[in-house]
Amino acid sequence: MQAFTTLDGLVVPLDRANVDTDAIIPKQFLKSIKRAGFGPNLFDEWRYLDHGEPGMDPATRQPNPDFVLNFSRYKGASVLLVRENFGCGSSREHAPWALEDYGIRAIIAPSFADIFYNNCFKNGILPIVLDAATVDRLFRECEANEGYRLTIDLAQQTVTTPGGEVLKFEVDGGRKHRLLNGLDDIGLTLLQADRIRAYEERRKIEAPWLFA
Amino acid sequence: MSGQTLFQKLWDAHVVHVEPDGTTLLYIDRHLVHEVTSPQAFEGLKLAHRKPRRTDAAIAVPDHNVPTTDRSQGIADPVSRLQVETLDANCAEFGITEFRMDDVRQGIVHVIGPEEGLTLPGMTVVCGDSHTSTHGAFGALAFGIGTSEVEHVLATQCLWQKPSKTMLVKVEGQLGKGVTAKDIALAVIGAIGTAGGTGYAIEFGGAAIRALSMEGRMTLCNMAIEAGARAGMVAVDATTIDYVKGRPYAPTGAAWDKAVAWWNTLHSDADASFDRVVELDAARIAPQVTWGTSPEMVTTVDGRVPDPADAPTPVKASDWARALEYMGLAAGIPITEIMVDKVFIGSCTNSRIEDLREAAAVAKGRKVAPNVKLAMVVPGSGLVKQQAEAEGLDKIFIEAGFEWREPGCSMCLAMNADRLEPGERCASTSNRNFEGRQGQGGRTHLVSPAMAAAAACAGHFVDVRDF
Repeated sequence: MQAFTTLDGLVVPLDRANVDTDAIIPKQFLKSIKRAGFGPNLFDEWRYLDHGEPGMDPATRQPNPDFVLNFSRYKGASVLLVRENFGCGSSREHAPWALEDYGIRAIIAPSFADIFYNNCFKNGILPIVLDAATVDRLFRECEANEGYRLTIDLAQQTVTTPGGEVLKFEVDGGRKHRLLNGLDDIGLTLLQADRIRAYEERRKIEAPWLFA
Repeated sequence: MSGQTLFQKLWDAHVVHVEPDGTTLLYIDRHLVHEVTSPQAFEGLKLAHRKPRRTDAAIAVPDHNVPTTDRSQGIADPVSRLQVETLDANCAEFGITEFRMDDVRQGIVHVIGPEEGLTLPGMTVVCGDSHTSTHGAFGALAFGIGTSEVEHVLATQCLWQKPSKTMLVKVEGQLGKGVTAKDIALAVIGAIGTAGGTGYAIEFGGAAIRALSMEGRMTLCNMAIEAGARAGMVAVDATTIDYVKGRPYAPTGAAWDKAVAWWNTLHSDADASFDRVVELDAARIAPQVTWGTSPEMVTTVDGRVPDPADAPTPVKASDWARALEYMGLAAGIPITEIMVDKVFIGSCTNSRIEDLREAAAVAKGRKVAPNVKLAMVVPGSGLVKQQAEAEGLDKIFIEAGFEWREPGCSMCLAMNADRLEPGERCASTSNRNFEGRQGQGGRTHLVSPAMAAAAACAGHFVDVRDF
C-alpha cells in the first residue's frame, strides 16, 4: 500500500450528501477480477451521458459537462470535498480503488459510512472528518476560488487552507501509523500468530463445534 | 457494575489480543465468500505466497452474477462468467467448500448461511458484502468487510477492530395485520436516518421483535446497514435454537448441548446500558414505501410524496428535490397513485420461504396488471425454490402472471441480466433504492413482499391491509 504523509492538492467539491458506493462505482464494473483500472469509471453514471459498460474506451464516451469532475478547473484534483455520510451502502472496495485510480488521495466530509471509511485506509486514501459548518465554508471557498488547494499533513493531523488557516482533524493512532508508513496489515497481524494459535486452542475446548 | 450487552458478550468471546489504544484483534468464526469481492483477495494471497489459515471456516457461493433463467447454457456475459469461473478456480486451488451454480444449495450468500446452519449463534461472521448484518439475527456478531479484509481474514482468521457503540432499537407492542419485518426495518431507517446507526452495532429488542420468526429477524438485521450500522443483532431465544436445530452444519449430540448452554446466555443483561436507545410502537407501524433515492426517504402507503420545502435542513431539501427529479415524482401526490412498470420479489432481504408465502397469498387468484411489464419472483436459494414448489407457490405466481426464476441476487443490484431500463419504475423487496441501483435510470421503491405482490396485481401501490 502506498503511504500517505503530506499532500498539497487541488480540491474538487461534490455537493451531495449520502453519496453511495453504487454511485462511486456502478455495479457493472464490479465484474472485474483486477484491482486496478477503475478510475475511468469513477462516478460513471454522473460523469458520462452515455451508458458505461466494462471495456469501453473512455475516449469514445460522452462526458456530462454539468458534472463537477468534468469541469476543466478541477482537472487533476486529488482532494475530494463532499457532504455527510459519504460512501454509504455496499461494502465494495472497488469504490476506494476507483477514487485512488482516478487520483483522489484525501476526502473531506462531515461524516463517512463505516465500511467505506475503513476501506480507504487499506488503499492509501485519507478520509478526513471536519464539522459540517467547516465543510460548508470550504465548499464556498473552493467554489469561489479557481485553483483552490488544501495542504494536508497526516503526521500533524492538519488541513491548511490557502489563507493559512489550520484545521485539526482526528484519526485513530493505529490507522495513522499504518497509513504514514504504508504498512501491510496482514504482515503485521501474522506477527501475532502465537496469540491466534493460543486463542484457537482455548476455543477448541470451550466451543468445539466451531472447529468441526 | 451494570450488566453486559449482547454485543459486549460476543465481542469478549472473540478477543485474541488488545493493543494499548484499544484496537483489538478479533477472531472470525465464519467467513462467507462470493465471486464479486473475493478475486482480488485470492490474487493477493497468491502474490504473497500465503495460504488460507482455516479453509473449514470459509464457505463460498456465486450469487451476484448468476443468471436467473435457464442455467444449462451457463452465463452468457463473458465478464460475469469469468468472475464466477475465477471463484470456482480459487476455491478448488485453496480447498474451500463452494456451492457451485449447479448445486441445489446454491443461493444468495445471506440466505444459504443460515439455511445450512453455517451461521450459528455466538459466531463472528464476516463476508465481503455489507448485508452480512443479516446473520446477526442469530445472536451473532456479523458485519460486512472490504476485499482487503477478505484477504486478511483468509490469511489470519482475524480482523483488527475497535468496539462499536451500542444502540438498542426497542419495538414493543404487536404488529398489525399485513405489516412485516420489512416495514419495521424501513420505519426504523425513516426514524433514525441512513447515517443514524453509523458507528453503532444495533440490537433489536422488544415484544414485536421476540414475536418475529427467524426469517423476519434476518430481514430486519439485513437492513441495519441501511441505517448505517455495520452490525444488527437479535438475542438468542427458543425461536433461534429451534431454527438452527437439525441444519446440515449445526452441531449434534453432546456438542449441541454444550452449544445451546452457551447460546442461551447470548442476550443483553437486564441491567445492561446502551449508548443510545430508540423506541418504536409496533402497533403504529403501517406498510412502508420509499419514495426517493435513499432508504430514509420513506413514508407509509397511506402517505404522500413529501415537499422539499418541508425538509428539515437545506442540504436535505436539495437532496429531496434531486431525488424527486430522478424518481419522476411530484411533491404531494398520494403514494397509492404511483404506477409501477416492474415488480421484483427477491434479494437477501426478502427471498426466503415466508416472504414467498406472503407474496403468494396476495397473488393467489389475481392477475398481474396489464401495465406491469415484468413481475418476477427470485427465490433466495435452490432449497427455498424447492420448498416453494413443493407448496405449489410457483404455480400461484405463474398463474397470476409472475415469472418464476432461479436463485441469486438478480435485480437487487442488476449485475446479471435482470435490470430496469432508464425511467422504469419498480416495486422491489430489495434493500437499496439508490440511483441506478437496479439499472441506470431505474426508479426503485422498496416495499415488503406482500406490498410488492399487491402492487403487481393493482399496477400501482396499494395498501395491502385493504387489498
